[in-house]
Amino acid sequence: METILTVNHLTKKYGYLTAVKDLSFSIEKGNVYGILGPNGSGKSTTLGIVLNVINRTAGDFSWFGGSISTHDALKKVGAIIERPNFYPYMTAIQNLKLVCKIKEVPQDKIEEKLEMVGLLERKNSKFSTYSLGMKQRLAIASALLNDPEILILDEPTNGLDPQGIHQIREIIKKIASEGTTILLASHLLDEVEKVCSHVIILRKGEKLYSGPVGEMLTTYGFFELKAIDGPALVTYLGNHPSFGPIKQENGLITAILKEEMTASSLNQDLFNNGIVLSHLVKRKESLEEQFLSLTNHKD
Amino acid sequence: MLRLLQIEFIKLWNNNASKVLIISYFVLILCMALLAAIKFDIGPIQFHVAEQGIFNFPYIWHLNTWIASGLKLFFAIVIVSMMANEYSNKTLKQNLIDGLSKKEFIASKFLTVFAFSVISTLFVFAVSLILGLFYSDFTEVSIIFSDLEYLLAYFIKLLGFFSFCLFLGILVKRSAFALGFLIIWFAIENLGIRFLVWWVAGKEASASVMKFLPLESMSNLIKEPASRFKAVQSMVEQVGEQFNKDYTVHFYEILIVGCWTAIFIYLSYALLKKRDL
Repeated sequence: METILTVNHLTKKYGYLTAVKDLSFSIEKGNVYGILGPNGSGKSTTLGIVLNVINRTAGDFSWFGGSISTHDALKKVGAIIERPNFYPYMTAIQNLKLVCKIKEVPQDKIEEKLEMVGLLERKNSKFSTYSLGMKQRLAIASALLNDPEILILDEPTNGLDPQGIHQIREIIKKIASEGTTILLASHLLDEVEKVCSHVIILRKGEKLYSGPVGEMLTTYGFFELKAIDGPALVTYLGNHPSFGPIKQENGLITAILKEEMTASSLNQDLFNNGIVLSHLVKRKESLEEQFLSLTNHKD
Repeated sequence: MLRLLQIEFIKLWNNNASKVLIISYFVLILCMALLAAIKFDIGPIQFHVAEQGIFNFPYIWHLNTWIASGLKLFFAIVIVSMMANEYSNKTLKQNLIDGLSKKEFIASKFLTVFAFSVISTLFVFAVSLILGLFYSDFTEVSIIFSDLEYLLAYFIKLLGFFSFCLFLGILVKRSAFALGFLIIWFAIENLGIRFLVWWVAGKEASASVMKFLPLESMSNLIKEPASRFKAVQSMVEQVGEQFNKDYTVHFYEILIVGCWTAIFIYLSYALLKKRDL
């Protein structure tokens, strides 16, 4: 598999504060990665370093196997970090022409990309007249001008209204479906959960986990149950070797699995033991629950 | 190289404020020609500036480069803001992310400044040549093209000054403050350092230190031409004084300004490289 970005033992210190601590990971072509972490966990700093705008304290990184210099590599990358930055006095077209010059790509894709993000009618308006959502969409158009090998997005929906968030997500999903590698930094878990296949979890500059989303926690999921004879159900589950802790909340019983078990076999067993269920759901932990349990474990 | 110039051109030319300032700057250089039109005609006193010999070759090279170099202060606004705006719009960050290296960024700014200095020098050359051909008493080719070192000095002076402005733009990051700093620096050189050294080591030492300071070395490149003008000289002689001033452009003066230019560009690059954006 082709490696797009390799980061080795990267460290960044701001005085006494260590923003990124000995971070290593690599990005493979074709996957959609999420960098997750609370605010201040070093996501933007890490992206800033690999994008050549923040100087590293120690460690190194290489683009495309290290065969080309960072600024040449960045011409094959599309990136949006934090707020969209363009020349306010220039129109969308003029701004994108400038980006084409910097990236050394032909200008014939400008209209196509503006169309894709729905800004074609406003192409001759000055950037300063755009709403935040439009600015963000222009930034995406700009990042896509060179048909990048990898698209890097840092908090792309930050500060947008629900409609804007929805538009940006649709665009990201569309790009992901076309097979472009994406690296998405966010503290919004549902955002990452919806599009990412792999995650890197950071906390206080340290990596807690990196790998496929599904393997983040080795769990077998849990059952949510309700029965007419509640106490009998609790007793049965408590004595069953396959279950861990049992929780009871508003009559809903949550039983965490220690090994694989299907809903139908549990239902059958319970019925055979004279317990009739009124509610049975088998669930996996959501990314949010997994994330919280990961970040809390290390406290 | 052409790409870097084009990048900077797009940024400058689409900005109305910059466009107006750039055009006005070159129009003002053209306006030097209007000096020739100054005429007083008050009864017995008739005075026509153009006929006083100020447009004589090769004196005109000295006079016009000196007048035109005063306009550089006006152009400093464009230079400082083209640098500082990259910080305030955060477009510098975006440029780097889009794949411009820090070296290329500085190079694109320096090339622009270089191009403006060349164009400005050519403008002054053309305006002076035309004025001279109209009004000069001597129009032999050998006289016309003598003393052209003033044009070289003019070019070096602009390049040095604009490089200083670029550096201030990067250092201070805000155009208004950078221009303020330029004025403060002028005061530091002329009031602070001049009199400090004078006080510590005497007048001669002060004069020799001043030669090496950035703004002073730039202004030394082209000395004031007024006292060289024949009418002024004869007037002074009548009062019994005499001028013994060296008006020539010295090689070492060009070298000093050249060094400052290199230092300012290097410092701009070093500063950009060191900073986190």
